[in-house]
Amino acid sequence: MSATSPALAAPRPVHRASRRKPLLLALRYLVVLVALAFFLFPIFWVISTAFKLPGDYLRNPPLWIPSEPTLIHFGAVMPLKGYTALKNSLIISFATTALSLLIGGLAAYSLARFNTGGHHFSFWILSQRLMPPVVLIIPLFLVFRTLGLLDTHLALIILYTLFNLPYVIWMLRSYFAEVPVEIEESALVDGCTRLGVLRRITLPLSLPGLIATATFAFIFSWTEFLFALILTRNNAFTLPVTIAGYYGTQGAIWGQAAALAVVATIPLFVIGVLVQKHFVRGLTLGAVKS
Amino acid sequence: MVAPAVVTIVLLSIFPLLYSLWLSFVRWDLQVQEHPFVGLGNYAAAVTDPRVWGSLGVTLVILVAGVALEFLLGLGLALVLVDELRGKRFIIPLLMLPVMMVPIVVAFTWKMLWDAQYGAINQILGIITGHPVLVAWLAKTDTALLAIIVTEVWQWTPFMFLVLLAGLAGVSPELYEAAAIDGANWWQSFWNITLPSLSRVIAVAILFRSLDAFKAFDVIFGTTGGGPGFSTQTISYYLYDLGFKFFRMGYAASISYLVVILLSVAATLYVSRFLREERL
Repeated sequence: MSATSPALAAPRPVHRASRRKPLLLALRYLVVLVALAFFLFPIFWVISTAFKLPGDYLRNPPLWIPSEPTLIHFGAVMPLKGYTALKNSLIISFATTALSLLIGGLAAYSLARFNTGGHHFSFWILSQRLMPPVVLIIPLFLVFRTLGLLDTHLALIILYTLFNLPYVIWMLRSYFAEVPVEIEESALVDGCTRLGVLRRITLPLSLPGLIATATFAFIFSWTEFLFALILTRNNAFTLPVTIAGYYGTQGAIWGQAAALAVVATIPLFVIGVLVQKHFVRGLTLGAVKS
Repeated sequence: MVAPAVVTIVLLSIFPLLYSLWLSFVRWDLQVQEHPFVGLGNYAAAVTDPRVWGSLGVTLVILVAGVALEFLLGLGLALVLVDELRGKRFIIPLLMLPVMMVPIVVAFTWKMLWDAQYGAINQILGIITGHPVLVAWLAKTDTALLAIIVTEVWQWTPFMFLVLLAGLAGVSPELYEAAAIDGANWWQSFWNITLPSLSRVIAVAILFRSLDAFKAFDVIFGTTGGGPGFSTQTISYYLYDLGFKFFRMGYAASISYLVVILLSVAATLYVSRFLREERL
């Protein structure tokens, strides 16, 4: 039994009775390999399509590896709509993130320190999470139409901020609550103002949480599709809407859609790895901490 | 300090809901300028509309099948990866990637994979079975729904996995040691220690995934467009069709009110049943 590799001499205490059996170890690796193949293959597929000549993907059976890696799809799609979509997505996502962190941060601090709103607030958070977005977009579409805000950055920034706020307030509240009150109180005694305390003590101390929350707000705005589909047309279109517009039933421009997909995906993979530690907490509204 | 947030939320969340309530009592169509009051007419039409019930059914099938599969696969993976394993540090971030994908990109990717002629799925099945496979997955009513479920499961199993892994890591090792001393086998520890310790985490994960599954729109829009026929049309998709293809805003608003009531009741029951002691 002890013939398994020395790398398995785990720092954790023995968790399960049977974990030193080599057969079990082989089985675990097999499961991991199958899982990696299943979860990574589609990602490999869309990335490789972006670099394939149409003859590589429009054939039966399709080629997995580009025969001659090419940048023609990027060259074709980026000047046409890609750069504008990228610019729109960046403007809208950054503005939304900043705005929801500013408004939400103040509310969250107040909730964490003075318990404004009490626990009705938590039910409200759940109800926001529960509402299918399509329910709100019907009246909001009519409102934005009346205000002449259709197809503007502002419309999406306002809407995404609204959808991010409950999330941001909820998460920041839990991060702020982890900052010891004693540190804040001693600063207040030393003559610091409330806003001074927030700026010099609470924010720096909860910086990792702030970054994680900002990242999730950014991801939401970056990936949102339904609102952008309904509220934009020729000016404020974002990357997801543009990607959807590029792949009709015809396979001919799959390469261009895939190129846009790569542009939209790379930033997410990068920031996703950066906030990995906060991932579970962020995705479950803090109900589960890792 | 809460004022800016409260103002934003009241303006943009309460107001649309009230506006929507008004809409649900009027006839609001693109062709007519007036919006005559129709009382409960929209609601009466909604509860007898076969497409409302059909799309609720589709939503429920995707929700139940999808979340059940995600849970089982996610739990299996979490059990495999909870103990030390060489390369674990790299395996977990790699398994996380599907959650990080833009949903419409997921839809596009799987549309390519499911393609009858140029898709890799038929190609791989052809290699396994030894003769050419030409199934038009997205064009047949039964396989289209299956394809949607597989696509959803692909993107969200990693979420279940990560949450359950975090839960498993929090189970105290002493419990397992005590059980081992008492001579419990793996199954006994699993049923009597692992699952009970995880119950809260499981309840949270299933709640979140179910609420999200109810909103399913992007992947359906990007792969089947609700078809063939109405076989993959979820309630969100039907509302989108009504509101923005047919511009029947009043009718769509009444259905959305019914959906919100249904969801509120279901979520309240769920939370009081499984998450009673929680504040969420």
